[in-house]
Amino acid sequence: MSILRFHLNDRPIEDAEVPPTTTLLNYLRQRAHLTGTKEGCAEGDCGACTVVVLDAETDPAAPRFRAVNACLMFVPMVQGRRVYTIEGLRQNGALHPAQAAMVERLGSQCGYCTPGVVMAAFEACYREDLHEPWQLDDQMCGNLCRCTGYRPIRDAVHMVAGTCPEDLFKRRRAEATPAALEFVRASAGRCYMQPTSLAALWAAIAERPQARLVCGGTDLALLVTQRYQDLPELIALEGVPELRGVGRAADGWFEIGATTTLTDLEAACMGPLRPLTPLLRILRYFASRQIKHRATVGGNLCNASPIGDLAPALIALGAQVVLRSAAGARTLPLEQFFLAYRKTALQPGEVLAAVRVPEPSPGARMAAYKVSKRRELDISAVAAGLYVETCPEGLVTEVRAAFGGMAATPARARGLEAALRGKPWTEATVEAALPALAGDFKPMTDHRGSAWFRGQVAENLVRGFYLETAATPRPDLPPRPAATVRLEVVP
Amino acid sequence: MTEVSQSPLGRPAVHESALGHVTGSARYVDDLPEPAGMLHGLPVGSPVARGRLVARRAERALAVPGVHAVLFAADVPGHNRIGPIVHDEPLLAEDEVFAEGQVVALVLGDSVAACRAGAKALELEFEELPAILTIAEALEAGSLLAPPHEMRRGDVAGAMARAAVIVEGELHTGGQDHFYLETQATLAFPGENDTLHLESSTQHPTEVQVACAEVLGCARNQIVVSVPRMGGAFGGKESQASQFAALAALGARHTGRPVKVWLSRDLDMTMTGKRHPFWSRYRAGLDARGRLLALEVELVADGGWSVDLSPAILDRGMFHLDNGYFVPNLRFVGKAVRTNKASNTAFRGFGGPQGMAVIEEVLSRAAERLGLDPAEIRRRNYYGDCPDEHGPENMVDVPVPDGEQTSAGASVISLVRARCLTPYYQEVPHCRLPRIHAELLARCDWEARRAEIAAWNARSPWQKRGLGFMPVKFGISFTNTMLNQAGALVLVYADGSVQLNHGGTEMGQGLHTKMVAVCAHELGVTTAQVRCMATATDKVPNTSATAASSGSDLNGMAVQAACAELRERVRPLAAELLGTGPEAVQFAGGAAHGPGGRSVQWSDLAKTAWMRRISLSAAGYYATPNIAYDRTVGRGKPFHYFAYGAAAVEVEISGLTGEHRISRVDILHDVGSSLLPTIDVGQIEGGFIQGVGWLTGEELVWDAKGRLLTHGPSTYKIPAIGDCPAIFNVALLERAEQDSTIHGSKAVGEPPLMLGLGVVSALRQAIAAFGPGEVELGIPCTPEAILRAVVKQRAAAVTRAADAAE
Repeated sequence: MSILRFHLNDRPIEDAEVPPTTTLLNYLRQRAHLTGTKEGCAEGDCGACTVVVLDAETDPAAPRFRAVNACLMFVPMVQGRRVYTIEGLRQNGALHPAQAAMVERLGSQCGYCTPGVVMAAFEACYREDLHEPWQLDDQMCGNLCRCTGYRPIRDAVHMVAGTCPEDLFKRRRAEATPAALEFVRASAGRCYMQPTSLAALWAAIAERPQARLVCGGTDLALLVTQRYQDLPELIALEGVPELRGVGRAADGWFEIGATTTLTDLEAACMGPLRPLTPLLRILRYFASRQIKHRATVGGNLCNASPIGDLAPALIALGAQVVLRSAAGARTLPLEQFFLAYRKTALQPGEVLAAVRVPEPSPGARMAAYKVSKRRELDISAVAAGLYVETCPEGLVTEVRAAFGGMAATPARARGLEAALRGKPWTEATVEAALPALAGDFKPMTDHRGSAWFRGQVAENLVRGFYLETAATPRPDLPPRPAATVRLEVVP
Repeated sequence: MTEVSQSPLGRPAVHESALGHVTGSARYVDDLPEPAGMLHGLPVGSPVARGRLVARRAERALAVPGVHAVLFAADVPGHNRIGPIVHDEPLLAEDEVFAEGQVVALVLGDSVAACRAGAKALELEFEELPAILTIAEALEAGSLLAPPHEMRRGDVAGAMARAAVIVEGELHTGGQDHFYLETQATLAFPGENDTLHLESSTQHPTEVQVACAEVLGCARNQIVVSVPRMGGAFGGKESQASQFAALAALGARHTGRPVKVWLSRDLDMTMTGKRHPFWSRYRAGLDARGRLLALEVELVADGGWSVDLSPAILDRGMFHLDNGYFVPNLRFVGKAVRTNKASNTAFRGFGGPQGMAVIEEVLSRAAERLGLDPAEIRRRNYYGDCPDEHGPENMVDVPVPDGEQTSAGASVISLVRARCLTPYYQEVPHCRLPRIHAELLARCDWEARRAEIAAWNARSPWQKRGLGFMPVKFGISFTNTMLNQAGALVLVYADGSVQLNHGGTEMGQGLHTKMVAVCAHELGVTTAQVRCMATATDKVPNTSATAASSGSDLNGMAVQAACAELRERVRPLAAELLGTGPEAVQFAGGAAHGPGGRSVQWSDLAKTAWMRRISLSAAGYYATPNIAYDRTVGRGKPFHYFAYGAAAVEVEISGLTGEHRISRVDILHDVGSSLLPTIDVGQIEGGFIQGVGWLTGEELVWDAKGRLLTHGPSTYKIPAIGDCPAIFNVALLERAEQDSTIHGSKAVGEPPLMLGLGVVSALRQAIAAFGPGEVELGIPCTPEAILRAVVKQRAAAVTRAADAAE
């Protein structure tokens, strides 16, 4: 278990030497001499490094291919798994349908983004949940192309998406069984441990109290790829089944395991978590498919970024966090989890285990919004989660207005909430309450937007929320919206 | 006769490297197998925008394990100064640094990680000096890269006095990072006797060769530069690949080992120049029907810290201040200023987009004042006569000297009267814009959609739609006439297979695909029989950059010349084998055909030719005829011809957030008789979206000290797939053969980028629907810029409603 073992294009790999914080991309290019996978940015934003991992661990009943950014994965993250790269797609000399479609539709010009595009399209081939054109944009938005303008890429992916060809890869998927994820490489002052049970996790944390926790690594890996930092001690949570998955607790609250990936959360929001529409809405523009396949709910909250997109939506929904340690568990309202800029309430030895969300009351109005310079795969200038309950007389009985990008942490607009609570839920009330926002937040100016823009947008999102939920209390995001707020034309 | 019309020209084609692209086997510089003993070279840039370099100590860096050497300016054996026009860029900084990221040192080590650790240990001390960070500061300080350039004609003041509408203001267009997916990279192999071979990702292998020879102090024949392919370039590897290649060459010479210099994305974005930000002050006079009478523009380009290509880019900006419109009276003054930013450089359009943006702003604002349809005001100003616009009030009044002639010998006054003389006195013969305009409006259902959108907007208080229009006329040729030349070298082997060498480089645009088709057509072979070789300076010497959209035009003619010579050499032999006269032989589809269905395979012909001792290699050469420009007087015929196109763009915007979506785009573009229509459509679509990126989401932000904050895709947002319009119709203009070009085709690389300006036209229309008055929309049109413009329109609507209530 101190040996890195995985299958690369169906060939077994064993490597006892590779430093564990080597990225999968560097492993492929430098150690495996597979140079088809490209580095375009080393920050998960261009997709040129996209490869596919076969995942039978999340749901052994339904193994799936996951397109991921090789630049943001440390090699132990593929321990025991099958990894496919662009070099592995041709079977007996014949192009894979995803490759053939890209040739036929002239989806490549300079060709540098192409391997990544093909691998993202490869995943799309085997997806059985693709029904809408916008889902193809979601599938492909993590692959930047500077040459084609995307029309031919979209056409090529459209040709092959969901076709599930009867081939070796489909067989591999059908045969897949959960991999042995355990990996432990430890020496004085250095370790990379991937335990596979909660008990082993507590032991690892006790043994290495200084170690940083990592799961998907989509944020943490940037310290290595962008800042060239050494991460001497890491404990990975991915192998601990108790921290993963979505369910319903005895008290009726929804429970989301901290290491649930965002794509799994997204899928759950179309199923058992259907009442939590704001989550689905925010996940659509959260990040690329590749990032969402690795990024986790807990990771997004624990990095405590002022613009973590899930936080405002979850705060608005009244979520709590469950913090566990070897000694036991405690529960906090999510907004109390964020103490300061990138600082959380986690104590040494504690792990964010789950997020609990109450079932929204039937008449509640709720939505989540995200405004960024680019709609897809961008960081919010402003994000908002808004939730309003009214009594039969139309007075606001409960209101939660949470914002990201407006302060050092995701935070509730207490002044605004106070100005709305107990008042009739009308446009006049909303307009009268909006000036309170200026007291709630003093946003900053940066490359994502000026303080003026953030303030204006925050106000307008509340306005838009009132108008949008007037017709539909829990609006879904339309397939290809012009904007984060959907406003129907007045008939 | 048998059917022999098997030419690949004009037929659907896929990219010649497509198979390599989709299988990952296409190799770029960084993918080449690394030779034994290879070192990595990491350039170390200045952390300050301007400063004196007071100390540089490498001892601690050299002590880092894996670091082999650290090189400074004093280690350059030849000239330390490089640059495409003026040699004003120190390869390694001397006593002063002039921009963040200007290279100060080169660290050579076993691995990139070792180099990074070495760079961290390097002791560099700077004494910060005041920096010039904006165009305004540069103008204030008189910091110019070259003397101002001027074009003038007629009586501007007189025409302004007669104008019904005066539009004046300022316009700023932002920079744009190239964001080629493959960053700058060169691998240098030292050879025997101080020779050097480089594999470089460059649009200009000859310039890399020249720079390396000068830096090393050797003759050019000692250096061979080869370009496997590029993962995108867009102008960013025209002049700026040279520096990183020369650093690799320097490292290889110094250590005697192969050296690779490859930039991470963040280094690349910090160190390399971008599209020039431009600022302009303009004043235009138009008659009551929206026709331009006079235009005065001061056009200023931010060149960054060195000259690079800035004067040529400024020229092209001035050459496109007219776009497709006749400007009777004019005065254009152009300045390129020096600032303490990375040295800005070529980027698809080369100043043309920035020039066009000015006159488009003028016409958009004039249309908003006059209540005119944005397409209609443009139509009324096209070059050439608009028959329905005749009338005494439209007679052009331009005082020009009697008997004055253009450089081509035509009467100036008669060209002015015919509305077909550019500001630089080149005739615009048969402007195709009126035809394109009419066809595109019909195709895209312009009138009906304008009415539908107006009705939709009336019912939608917070989201508005807009339909915009953008015509393009773009001059084709390097405006430095000397550069309009190209060469090719074609080798036929005795089995009939062909190696094609030409001076152009492949950056994804499909040049090699087109050149293979031209070669196959000319020799009458199949494209499978032709292999296009990596561009290399030991095959075709003294090449120009693959730039200015000229790749196919120039190299195509050279390839055609070489192939025609080869074909004519073997024609008598084919005639003999076919038992017919030479004039009766046709070459097509991999065989020579004679009368009566007789044919001889090309492979047999090649073998026989070899046995008969007929030379099977030939060089071709081409120089564009009849072009010249006299920069001192601002007159001449800089362009061989003009390329045309037009776009109709529909957007929807949110008045709450300033977000927008392009819902539909219709483009009709003139590529002459297309060499390969599938390739050309790809250039048009990609160029359009790249232009949209420049004008919308791509925003470069620097801090107060001149340090770039947006140096990776997490902060610099080029278009993603969701930004591609759901409806994207691109058509090529039919019956559009161009005189005296390769098979009647036209250049296509740059012109479509400017069609992206249609998105600004559309956004303005949508914003105008929020309230009365002229739209004030900054570029790039980010959500913030759009929201600001909407807030202003809404305020005007409130004021108007209040006025009406009183």
